[in-house]
Amino acid sequence: MAISDVKEYTHLTAEDVEQLGRELDAIRAEVEESRSAADAAYINRLIRIQRGLAAAGRGAMLASAHAKGGRPALVAGTAMLGLAKILENMEIGHNVMHGQWDWMNDPEIHSSNWEWDTAQPAEQWKHSHNYIHHQFTNVLGHDNDIGYGVLRMAREQKWHPVHLGQPVYNALLAGLFQWGVALHDLDIERIRKLEKDPKEMKRQLRQILRKGRNQILKDYVVYPALSGKQWKSTLKANATANLTRNLWSYMIIFCGHFPDGALHFTEEELEDETRAEWYLRQMLGSANFEGGRTLHILSGSLGFQIEHHLFPDLPSNRYPEIAVKVRALCDKYDLPYTTGPLYRQYGQTLRTIMKLSLPNKMSSSDQPEPPTQPADRKRRSDDERQSRRAELGGWSRSPRERSHD
Amino acid sequence: MTAGSTISWDRVRKAGSKLTTPLHPDDYLRLINPLWTSRELRGRVEKVVKETEDAATLVIKPGWGWRWSHRPGQYIGIGVPVDGKFQWRSYSVSSPTKRRGHTIAITIRAMPEGLLSSHLVNGLAPGTIVRLAAPEGDFTLPDPPPARMLFLVGGSGVTPVMSMLRTLDRRGTMPEVVMHYSSPTPDRMIFRDELLALEKKHEGFTLHQLHTDTDGILDLGELDAICSDWRERETWACGPSPMLDAISAHFEAAGLEDRLHLERFTLELGGAGGEGGTLTFRNSGKQVEADGATTILEAGEEVGVGMPFGCRMGICHTCTLTLVSGTVRDLRSGDEFGQPNEPVQTCITAAVGDCTFDI
Repeated sequence: MAISDVKEYTHLTAEDVEQLGRELDAIRAEVEESRSAADAAYINRLIRIQRGLAAAGRGAMLASAHAKGGRPALVAGTAMLGLAKILENMEIGHNVMHGQWDWMNDPEIHSSNWEWDTAQPAEQWKHSHNYIHHQFTNVLGHDNDIGYGVLRMAREQKWHPVHLGQPVYNALLAGLFQWGVALHDLDIERIRKLEKDPKEMKRQLRQILRKGRNQILKDYVVYPALSGKQWKSTLKANATANLTRNLWSYMIIFCGHFPDGALHFTEEELEDETRAEWYLRQMLGSANFEGGRTLHILSGSLGFQIEHHLFPDLPSNRYPEIAVKVRALCDKYDLPYTTGPLYRQYGQTLRTIMKLSLPNKMSSSDQPEPPTQPADRKRRSDDERQSRRAELGGWSRSPRERSHD
Repeated sequence: MTAGSTISWDRVRKAGSKLTTPLHPDDYLRLINPLWTSRELRGRVEKVVKETEDAATLVIKPGWGWRWSHRPGQYIGIGVPVDGKFQWRSYSVSSPTKRRGHTIAITIRAMPEGLLSSHLVNGLAPGTIVRLAAPEGDFTLPDPPPARMLFLVGGSGVTPVMSMLRTLDRRGTMPEVVMHYSSPTPDRMIFRDELLALEKKHEGFTLHQLHTDTDGILDLGELDAICSDWRERETWACGPSPMLDAISAHFEAAGLEDRLHLERFTLELGGAGGEGGTLTFRNSGKQVEADGATTILEAGEEVGVGMPFGCRMGICHTCTLTLVSGTVRDLRSGDEFGQPNEPVQTCITAAVGDCTFDI
């Protein structure tokens, strides 16, 4: 059941919550002060490796097209390109656009002008993800990441026969994830409710088309054309690399907020929420998974989802050390710290997707129950909920278009 | 390289971006050679030449996109990584001007309080990649130079003047030049040997040395003795602020301020008591007075600038804008940001003195 008051849910006094907030602020300050050349070297090295992999992968594919017996080169090229795309989207692009490396004062690795190797324009992602998702994390009706406007992911969301198709939608979303993400900031729900400013919608669509067109041209026209007679195998190899990246990022991202311990919230929680309560909501709404250093880098450090949601703009290579401290705080304040192996976290997510394709009465909830029932227990469909905050003012206008105002 | 081939090279790179989108070909090329990129001006430190105990010349090979267009006397910006973060400073180019070339040189004196200048003089290894900003400044040598010139320099104020002298020397057009150079001791005089050699080589060049540790500072009353016709000359002065203030007053008293060219290289920052200031939003031309507790975002919204914003708590970085000039303070940590063209988060910063933003 969604939570309307995190303080009440956690049985902490207001003073406890504020103290917790101060301790988290202290962790933040400590990391900010100790950022150094070693951290800068980490991201610079990763970018070198990623670009090297991408270039080598493309090169190997082209070489395989123009050499006899090029099969192993084609396979190796596909693997390198897939890996490069995963690294770029997850540990590099996602984290750079969060501003994790802005402190370096390097304009080539900066949130304000990074453009990533996927269909969604960076500017739109920074709104739908950095702002909407990270500010209103797991608040029903506010956070569009709950089901991406496609899936029913919370029992509070009203069931509709259309949800019977969830297993299929889920598979499609996984395979086409970059295009799902590309449309994310358009906010299908608002369009459906006719609340979207048509001018803004057109501008966003144009931006998506331009970016998507370049992405498609690169992978499905230009490189295959360069491969001459072997154009088909290059096209297939590029499609494979994209699909691998889509499936991987879908799985990692779905493990962030849908394993059983990750809670949802109602909009009542947002009223007068303090910064410390915001921290608490981030902790209760996120879920980690366990693994080695390589797994964490390949997942964009999102195995440290709890830490990432507490400090989305601290450098990702510092999350492991932050996690030790956050976990200790959870023990101290007797707060849940949701984590588990990747297969279990994803298994629970998949179970929720399947269960919620059916009406609530046909399945049981896997989420912990709040101690007291929130006052307003009436279940509301998305159509009945009040619209998201109105303050989405001038955020999304790109610098170029802004200057024409 | 001719203009024609430059354009076609750009075209090649533009066509190449179809292969590298959303990146530029330069993003890959610079992995082979860090100078093969014109996305941003960069350079590589080739040599560090010790000039005195506390001063050194950095010889820098600029990367693609550098235009060999500096005029003698101008300064360039240099961004150097210190603990992972690029720190910016401006230094005079000390090498003579060239149309094309391989390297430029800047000369730096370590200040006891200057974090970056001592790092540059003592700690910069050849091979270090630095960021560069195009030459700026109007403390320059006119072309053609006036027939009679006077240089009044103190300490590292010699560097822009050195670029002028070297240019005149290289062109073989040294006019009548009197140079007065103040420095605490002979050892601390940057370019002393070269200046003495120039004095020998050119009849019209006269060098006065003043060692302030033993002789005290320049008394402008003596200017008539140093250079009797100073009133008829064009004068260039560069050095510490008190010295420039005195020179400026002296020339004003003589009604000759039009003949005086000044270069100050210590910026007067707001510092204590400099809280708040006038915010200018460049593209809309709007201005507003803001105190040291009002965020840049709130101040901009107040005058109706379409400020980008998101979380309003410093988390999402949506509100980031380019600070063209001025200094802002992070209200959470007290850290100040004021590097040229630095992107700053407007929702958690306030002005320290006047600021201009690119919006």
